[in-house]
Amino acid sequence: MASLGVLLVVSVDSYLEAELDRRFNLFRLWESPPSRRREFLQANAPWIRAVVGSPNGCADAELIDQLPNLEIVANCGVGIDKVDLPLCRERGIRVVYTPDVVTDDTADLGIGLTIAALRRICDADRYTRDGSWKDKGNYKLTSKFSGKAVGILGLGRIGLAVAKRAQGFGCPICYCSRSEKPNTNYKYYPSVLDLAYNCHVLVAACPLTDETHHIINREVIEALGPKGVLVNIGRGSLVDEKELVSALLDGRLGAAGLDVFEHEPHVPEQLFGLENVVLVPHIGTDTVETTKAMSDLILDNLAAYMLNKPLLTPDIDKEYRRARLLAGWLSC
Amino acid sequence: MAADPERLPQVLFLSPKQSLERALSARFRLLKPWESTMPLDRFLAAHAAAVRAVISNPLASVDAPLIHALPSLGFVFTTSVGVDHIDLAECARRGIAVANAGTIFSRDVADYALGLLVDVLLRVSASDRYIRRGLWPVAGDFPPGRKLGGKRVGIVGLGSIGSEIAKRLEAFGCSISYFSRNKKPLFPYTYFPTVCDLAAESDVLVIACALTEETHHIIDKDVMLALGKDGIIINVGRGPLVDEAELVKHLIQGKIGGAGLDVFEHEPAVPEELFRMDNVVLSSHQAVLTIESSNDLVELAMENLEAFFSYRPLLTPVHGTT
Repeated sequence: MASLGVLLVVSVDSYLEAELDRRFNLFRLWESPPSRRREFLQANAPWIRAVVGSPNGCADAELIDQLPNLEIVANCGVGIDKVDLPLCRERGIRVVYTPDVVTDDTADLGIGLTIAALRRICDADRYTRDGSWKDKGNYKLTSKFSGKAVGILGLGRIGLAVAKRAQGFGCPICYCSRSEKPNTNYKYYPSVLDLAYNCHVLVAACPLTDETHHIINREVIEALGPKGVLVNIGRGSLVDEKELVSALLDGRLGAAGLDVFEHEPHVPEQLFGLENVVLVPHIGTDTVETTKAMSDLILDNLAAYMLNKPLLTPDIDKEYRRARLLAGWLSC
Repeated sequence: MAADPERLPQVLFLSPKQSLERALSARFRLLKPWESTMPLDRFLAAHAAAVRAVISNPLASVDAPLIHALPSLGFVFTTSVGVDHIDLAECARRGIAVANAGTIFSRDVADYALGLLVDVLLRVSASDRYIRRGLWPVAGDFPPGRKLGGKRVGIVGLGSIGSEIAKRLEAFGCSISYFSRNKKPLFPYTYFPTVCDLAAESDVLVIACALTEETHHIIDKDVMLALGKDGIIINVGRGPLVDEAELVKHLIQGKIGGAGLDVFEHEPAVPEELFRMDNVVLSSHQAVLTIESSNDLVELAMENLEAFFSYRPLLTPVHGTT
């Protein structure tokens, strides 16, 4: 049986790339210069049945159109905003991704960024390293985390994991989600604005869709207020970044912990001088252990597909349709 | 009718603490030696005969000479949890009651310990520096960190702070074990009778015990060897709990995976070799310092003083004193 032809769209973890190369017939998109990309795809399309990508780039409409034999898309990540899901559904292309394995790390980071923002851990590290403790005395008082109200935008796997951790700190939990979740005791708010008025720390953990683009806007930021904290472990574009920067510079928002940005790897430089923000380069799933687990899940899914065995991750299309149905956004 | 200041009970402050001074000034007559040009012993000889209460802190020892200079002393309040700066034996001999900050800092310290641990493993501060140096667009993705879930965390000292740390770690999927002076059967965690045994079965050690003669350098090179080259040490207790020179050597040689340190042996001096390392996170003895706990401390000091002067039980007495 001919080996599965796999197109790797962006660079991924070196272990994953090496294994894809070893187990399948691997094509690397970046081996062709951008100006010759069409020819590259045309030449290799007959063999390409699978695409592997990540939140840095996966299967958009333009790519799918050039791959008539594409059967399966594997996204190494839980955010699938770089996959044209409706088009995949239309063409009968299976989509697999890596939920669950990323949940813990991302939730851990959400809490870590919250504590770092409130307690100024990064700035205190700077203060200690540059000798200020000796010259200027103790670092200033910071703000307690335990017991503060935590509001979670998006109560999916990651949101729930954040909630579970925050409860260990005695934090009351509230949330806003596409739909109210039946099996939790957390207080539900139908709008993110209400959520922001009623929490001290707002953690953004929902997917990026047309509806959630800039869902955290000036109004929401101001509702959080001069003592409020915004933590973003979702996608940069959930937040109106210009408004966020302006609010942090003015003091209309108390602090922020950011793992994601609108135009990664570019981070607004006005934030570099602020002691009340924590900036990390999209490391939410970047631990050695989880990166390997994600890679293995992608490899095992592709292997299962080749052998006509059941895929290991839930059918993403079914999940999304069900969620939207519950939210009343589909009529059938 | 306002109380006559001359008749208010006298409280001696050993060093400034403005928030406390402000709160106590209405109810007590405060003695502040630093406002006088006299050396301390002459100040005390001149003013402190009637002093019944002293406000201390870790940088202001209550030793035998001080106690002898205060013949009416009946109560010492320290704004810390640690009492290694107070001669407890001399206080007991003189019938002087001692109270400390009790558990009011425990949750803040536990929060900070978790913050340090996540930071060291996920490299939060190191990657924050990376971004602010403008390296993300230029040098690409930051090297990966390590997962917290599933790590074996050993807590040294399962008192108020240690147990708050353990409670928080449970939700992160860590397996928790501990070393303590005595086994704590009410807690569901695995007990180890020595710190070395604990280190051998742990990926992370969190130090949260009191500093005493027995616990000085309790984290020594044998413990570091048992913990291993991927091991992480988080210290929110006291600097001298860890053999700092050995820790620095181990970090330089790659024999320990990383460290989160809020306390040091000779504060505010911090070994400069640590400043170049990305696998350590450093802070200036501030795990206790929040706005909220500072306010709580003022209230606690007031309540303890009121209790003492009305012959009621203290709220946070230190065991081994009256």
